[in-house]
Amino acid sequence: MSADALAIEPNVGSRALTPLQVRPEVEHSEAGSTTVLGFWIYLMSDCLLFAALFATNSVLANETAGGPTGRALFSIPYVLAETFCLLLSSFTYGMAMLALNTGRRSGVLGWLAATFLLGLCFIGMEINEFHRMIGEGAGPDRSAFLSSFFTLVGTHGLHVTSGLIWMAVMMTQVALRGLSATNSTRLMCLSLFWHFLDIVWIGVFSVVYLMGSM
Amino acid sequence: MTTIQDANNRAGHGSFGSYITGLILALALTAVPFWMVMGGSMSTRTTLVGIAAAAVVQIVVHLVFFLHMNGSSGQRWNLVAFLFAVLMVVILVGGSFWIMNHLNHNMMPMMMG
Repeated sequence: MSADALAIEPNVGSRALTPLQVRPEVEHSEAGSTTVLGFWIYLMSDCLLFAALFATNSVLANETAGGPTGRALFSIPYVLAETFCLLLSSFTYGMAMLALNTGRRSGVLGWLAATFLLGLCFIGMEINEFHRMIGEGAGPDRSAFLSSFFTLVGTHGLHVTSGLIWMAVMMTQVALRGLSATNSTRLMCLSLFWHFLDIVWIGVFSVVYLMGSM
Repeated sequence: MTTIQDANNRAGHGSFGSYITGLILALALTAVPFWMVMGGSMSTRTTLVGIAAAAVVQIVVHLVFFLHMNGSSGQRWNLVAFLFAVLMVVILVGGSFWIMNHLNHNMMPMMMG
């Protein structure tokens, strides 16, 4: 890097054209903070997607078409266990970010692995719940209420699954390339994504499961 | 190494203590509404208000202790984007409720009593 920088240094024109090659550490850091803001704005748009699904679910909550109601279908202790999995995974991701701040690669990898397992646990429980409901004849085709339920909870589940794939990729990246500025920015974005999904889940368990089973 | 720390310091000032505080508060705010529903001793209205209040407070706890959101100038655009999203969510969800309730009322007067 320094050899390249020295070679380009006298030539102001090419320096302006290739800033990433000249001062990678500075440019990546500035690009990183813009990237994180951009990712945050994406998350806010995702928030609107979930708002539309929440509104649909709330409007259709009583349209069971003679089929099972939420009260008959939901197991509240089971949802509580799912909630604890996701909440603890938010905490362990926070620990990974603290390890990142102090530059401890093994700490980052360990906490990411813990987060991954908790997230996997959550998704496994959700798939199991869907499987049980569909087996009982309460699939998304049974009523408008169940269509909206599967769409909302399924969309959240797909987001968590994407987060898990992203996390697996990041663990590989960190293991191979260390805590570079680029990886640091990516971990920051994944952190926002993961905490955001936990916030959406607060809405899901409160509105869909708790209010739906009263 | 300074680069990594700069990038992180700009986006959030998490500490072990703040994550622990956040976790304890979030666990409590999760346990309360579940306990209200599983116990089933309170009136429907009280339970509904309790669930909604716990959810709103827990969302704020997550925003502050896990996402490190605050009013500092470095986060102005994050905050503006967030507040705009909240406004849109309120219009979207509140508006849907409002419209659909009126629609139900007008289309199915018998069922609505």
